[in-house]
Amino acid sequence: MTMELRPNTPGGPLAEKWERHRAELRLVNPANKRKHHVIVVGTGLAGASAAASLAELGYTVSCFCFQDSPRRAHSIAAQGGINAAKNYQNDGDSVFRLFYDTIKGGDFRSREANVYRLAEISARIIDQCVAQGVPFAREYGGLLANRSFGGVQVSRTFYARGQTGQQLLLGAYHALCRQIGAGQVRMYPRTEMLDVVVVDGQARGIITRNLVDGKISAHVADAVVLATGGYSNVYYLSTNAKGCNVTAIWRAHKRGAALANPCFTQIHPTCIPPTGHHQAKLTLMSESLRNDGRIWVPLRKGDARAPGDIPETERDYYLERLYPSYGNLVPRDLASRRAKEVCDEGRGVGPGGHGVYLDFRDAIARLGEAAIADRYGNLFQMYQRITAESPYRAPMRIYPAPHYTMGGLWVDYNLMSTIPGLHVIGEANFSDHGANRLGASALMQGLADGYFILPYTIGDYLAQAKLPKLDATHPAVRQTGAQVADRARKLLEVNGRRSVDTFHRELGRLMWDRCGMSRNAAGLKDAIQKICVLREEFWDDVYVGGRGEDLNEALEQAGRVSDFLEFAELMCRDALERDESCGCHFREEYQTPEGEARRDDERFGYVAAWEFTGVGKTPLLHTEPLQFEAVHPSQRSYT
Amino acid sequence: MRVTLHVWRQAGPAALGKFVRYDVSDVSADMSFLEMLDVLNQQLIGRREEPIAFDHDCREGICGACGMVINGRPHGPQRATTTCQLHLRSFPDGAELWIEPWRARAFPVLKDLVVDRSAFDRVIQAGGFISVRTGSAPEANSVAVAKQDADLAMDAAACIGCGACVAACPNASALLFVAAKVSHLGLLPQGQPERASRVVTMVTQMDAEGFGACTNHGECMAACPKEISIDFIARLNRDYLKAAVRGAA
Repeated sequence: MTMELRPNTPGGPLAEKWERHRAELRLVNPANKRKHHVIVVGTGLAGASAAASLAELGYTVSCFCFQDSPRRAHSIAAQGGINAAKNYQNDGDSVFRLFYDTIKGGDFRSREANVYRLAEISARIIDQCVAQGVPFAREYGGLLANRSFGGVQVSRTFYARGQTGQQLLLGAYHALCRQIGAGQVRMYPRTEMLDVVVVDGQARGIITRNLVDGKISAHVADAVVLATGGYSNVYYLSTNAKGCNVTAIWRAHKRGAALANPCFTQIHPTCIPPTGHHQAKLTLMSESLRNDGRIWVPLRKGDARAPGDIPETERDYYLERLYPSYGNLVPRDLASRRAKEVCDEGRGVGPGGHGVYLDFRDAIARLGEAAIADRYGNLFQMYQRITAESPYRAPMRIYPAPHYTMGGLWVDYNLMSTIPGLHVIGEANFSDHGANRLGASALMQGLADGYFILPYTIGDYLAQAKLPKLDATHPAVRQTGAQVADRARKLLEVNGRRSVDTFHRELGRLMWDRCGMSRNAAGLKDAIQKICVLREEFWDDVYVGGRGEDLNEALEQAGRVSDFLEFAELMCRDALERDESCGCHFREEYQTPEGEARRDDERFGYVAAWEFTGVGKTPLLHTEPLQFEAVHPSQRSYT
Repeated sequence: MRVTLHVWRQAGPAALGKFVRYDVSDVSADMSFLEMLDVLNQQLIGRREEPIAFDHDCREGICGACGMVINGRPHGPQRATTTCQLHLRSFPDGAELWIEPWRARAFPVLKDLVVDRSAFDRVIQAGGFISVRTGSAPEANSVAVAKQDADLAMDAAACIGCGACVAACPNASALLFVAAKVSHLGLLPQGQPERASRVVTMVTQMDAEGFGACTNHGECMAACPKEISIDFIARLNRDYLKAAVRGAA
C-alpha cells in the first residue's frame, strides 16, 4: 500500500479556516472521554501542555519522560521569549503580520494554513500563561512588557528575564502536576519510549524501558501523542540537552510515519566555542548580543596576536563589509555561514581556530560600561563563568552551533502523522517553521499545539476511529515488545572495543562537515557512504557494558546513537535530493553571484516526506506541494 | 592538570555504598566538572569497569538535573553555580575531591550519585499551582501586576528544583524549595484564591515525604545555585500562620 499525504487543510479564506474547522470537528461525548486512554510522550512545552489540557477535558492520560522529573524537559533552556500578536505596543502588529514574518522567515517552505493558525492562537497563549502565574516582565504601570526580537520590525516578544522557556515550562508543569494530583494523568518519569505499537494500521500504544531497573513494558491506548523534541544532537555537539534524541520519531518513522524535511536544521550564530576534545555540549547566548557587538576576525591568516594588539586596519569586520545595510544583524543562517567560512579560511580565533570575535569595545566607548552591563550583564556573567574571560576587557569569542530542527514527522492540519492515531506536536513535527525558524517562535508553537490545537483535533480522531478492545497480550503488542528487548540485548552482546561516545562523536563531526551549514552533492554522497560504514562498524565493534536490568546510561545512549546512525543517512539524502538553497539549507551549487541562497520554487516548492523502506535501503520520497494564496514567495535580500 | 577523586559508588538502592579512589590525569582547567567525569567514565569503559552514574541533562545550569556534593558542599565551592557550570579552574592542580550524592531520607540513592527526587514533584502536585483550565483565562492585561511584585515573584520562580537546599540543610529540610513556590504564586494576584490552601497542602506533603524541619541555619540559601533568598521562608511562615488562624490548616 502506498503512503498518501492528505494535509486535510480546510477550505475557505485563510483567516476563517481554523474557526470553520473547529466548528466541523467531531466531538467526543463528555461522559465517554474518560474511557479514552491517550499516551503523551515528552513533557516539554508541547507535551506537558497537551497532557494537562487533555486531562482537564476528561481523557485518561498517561505521560512519559526520560528525565527524572517532567519539569526538566529541554524547553526549560529557552532564553529569549515568546511571540504573540497582541499589538500591546501599538506599533502595527497583527495576526497577519506575525503570520507573514513567520512564513517569510521560513523561506516559504511551510504550510500557509498552519502558520496562520499559529499566529491566530498566539495571543491566547499569553492569556493562559499569565493566568497560570508565569512572571512575565512588566512595565512600571503593571502591564506586560515586550521587546523586539529576531530582526522583526515590531515589539511582540514576551519574556521572563533570560528564562522565558523555564517559566513557561513551569506553568505547563504546574498544570500537569495539578492533573497528576487529581489522578487524571499517570506520570512515568525516568521512562524512555522505544517503539510505537501499530495494530491494524492504527497507533495503539508504546513500548517503554524503565531507566532505573531496565524493565521493558507495553502501554496500550486509543491514541499516542509524540512531543519528543528535535534531533540537533545528531551533530553530537549542539545546544540541546545531552539526553535529546531522535529515537521516538525515528522508531515511529520505521513503523510507517512519514518524516518531513529532515535536512532543515538551524545553526545558531552566537554560541560559546568549544575548548577541546572533551567538549560535551555547546552553550547558546542570546542573539541580542549582536545589537551592540561587532563581529570580526584578523585580516591575516594565523594571526596569533591578542585581539587588543591587532590594529583597526588589520581587522576584518566581515558582516559589515558584506552586508553594509544590515551589518551584524543579518539573519541567523547568514551570520553562521559567514563565520564558518572565515574560520575555514584559517582566520578563526581561539582554541582550534573555531571562533570569531564579538567585540563590545566600541559600544562600551559609546554608551559606557554601565549601560552595556544593564543590557547584557547576565550574558557577560555566563560567558565569563564558562571561559574565565571578561567581555568588558576582551572581545567575546563566538561560534555557530546546531540549535533547532525544523524537520520532523509529517503531520496533517490536525497534527496527525501518516499513522492514524499517532499525533505529533512541538519541535518533533515539521509543520510551522519551514526551512528556518524565527526567534521566539518555538515556544509559541509548542504551546499552541499543546494547549489549543491538539485537544480539539484528537477528539475528532477518537470520535470516529474504530478502536477494538486491546490489551498488552495482543500478538502485535507482544511482538513489538520482543523486538525492543531484542535490540537492547543485541547492543549489549556486541561487546566490541569502541565506546558508544566515540561513534556518536565521529558521526557528529561527519554531519557537521557534510550536512551542516553548507552542503554540496559530492560531500553528501560521501557522507551517506561513510555513515553506512560507521553504522556497520557500530554493530560490529561497539562496547556498551553493564546489564540491561539496571540503570545503565551507556545502554540508553547506545540505543539513541544506533537510531542517529540510521536517521543521519536520511538527513543527507533529503539534503541531496533538494537541489536548491532555502533558509538553513544552503547547497553550495545553488547560490546567487553574491553568495546568497537561491531558491527554486518551481521544482522544490514542496514538503519532502520520506517513507521508510528498510535500513540501508533507499527511502521513498512523497511530496506535498505548497500553495500560497495569501503571500507571494519573494527572494530574501539583506545587502 | 590532574585530580584525585573519591567517588561514592553504590550499586543500587539497597546496596552498601563506599568511596572509590580514582586518579584522573590529563584534564584541562577549561573542562567543566561533568566533562571531567565524562573523561573518567570513558577511561572506566576502556578498562571494562562500570562508569559512574550521575544525573545531568542541559549542562547550562537551568534544568536542575545535575547535583553532587563536592568536598562537603552541594554543587561545589563556587557560589551561584550548578555542578555542570563548575569548571576545573576552580580547583588547584592535584586537588583531592570527595564526591557524594545528595544525602536526605526523602531523596533515596538509586545508584552512585543518582538520587530519587520525586518527592519534590509530589509536593508540587499537592498544591504548587494556580488552578486554571486551558481556555478559560481572561485577557492577559486585564489584571495589572505591580512591577516589584512581578520581579520578586520571578526571583522566587527562578528555582530549578535541583535539591541542593535539601542536601545542604543539616535537617534535610525542603522549606526553601517549598517557600520559593509558595512565594512565587502567592505574590501574584492570580495566585490569591488558593493562597491559604496552597501553603497548607504543600507543607503537609513536604512533612509526609520525610523532609526535616527548618531551624534557620541558612545553609540552603548559601548552596542555592539560583541564590533564592530565605526571606521567602519568612513569607511562607507568615502565610502558613495566617492560614492556620483562619482554619485552613
